[in-house]
Amino acid sequence: MINYTLHLADNALIYGHRLSEWCGHGPILEVDMALSNIALDNIGAARSFYQYAAELEGNGKTEDSYPYQRDVREFKNVLLVEMPNGDFADTIARSLFFDAYQFLFYTALKQSTDEKLAAIAEKSLKEVTYHLRFSKEWTIRLGDGTDESKQKMQHAINELWSYTGEMFDASEVEKEMQAKGIAPDIAALKPHWEKIIADTLEEATLSFPIALQGAWFQKGGKTGIHTEYFGLILAELQYLQKSYPGCEW
Amino acid sequence: MNKNEWPLWEIFIRSKAGLDHKHVGSLHAADAQMAIEMARDVYTRRQEGISIWAIESVNIHASNPDDAASFFDPMNDKVYRHPTFYDLPDELTHM
Repeated sequence: MINYTLHLADNALIYGHRLSEWCGHGPILEVDMALSNIALDNIGAARSFYQYAAELEGNGKTEDSYPYQRDVREFKNVLLVEMPNGDFADTIARSLFFDAYQFLFYTALKQSTDEKLAAIAEKSLKEVTYHLRFSKEWTIRLGDGTDESKQKMQHAINELWSYTGEMFDASEVEKEMQAKGIAPDIAALKPHWEKIIADTLEEATLSFPIALQGAWFQKGGKTGIHTEYFGLILAELQYLQKSYPGCEW
Repeated sequence: MNKNEWPLWEIFIRSKAGLDHKHVGSLHAADAQMAIEMARDVYTRRQEGISIWAIESVNIHASNPDDAASFFDPMNDKVYRHPTFYDLPDELTHM
């Protein structure tokens, strides 16, 4: 149960962390604020999950114990969220894929037999509904924009595609939770997710990566096997806590 | 549309307890939908409101400050135009 909650928290935390890297670097002020807001929404959700995990584990654990004191292999987020921001198209493609997943996932998690997870899901769903709207909008504007924006957007979609399969591939922990009615059946979310993506890409006049559908996909994040980027993320995220353990404002 | 051509929009927000949309600022956006979404991201972060109006700045027409003397000064001494000379019955509580 704790491991499952940490998987949910890690997804939100790493995604929020990546988006926060845009703060001050957005293409325009309003998008800079939007990405920062979305980052904060995700970090907020991560906090809720980490607090719950700390409650379940006890032992003096707090919400801070998990993000700041675990090492690379203990984080169980999907690989998609740790991919680098790249340019705006890369970020939007990553957001489109992950927001669509979170939208369907939280909708399903509201039915969880675990009341706390269901409550977090309900609150997060309102936020994620907007996140998905934002990433769909920009996918469409960039895809159906200039030749340059279309080319960059298509490239981003193609490059990240192989990282999307992991979201629907249940780990042992997820299968166990699903059997208890705590976790949704994520494999069942896949066709709905593909529909959202296909409809969005069509409106964006972009190609759906049909050639890559059903092909081999990248995985490992859920079992702690991360990309080479992840160590660098933790170096930044954990720098302060590791240099000055137990520090306070 | 090239970003350099994005028109300017004035943003008005109505708060939860309010009746009127108040002007809160402006932004550049390609179209109305983008203007409203940007306004949501920039001007409602701190729960400032529940309704957004976005109007292209070119559509707002204002009075000329140079006309202020003839437009507004004459009202200063016309107290008979104010509805203050009625005796209201006590039963009327919301006038």
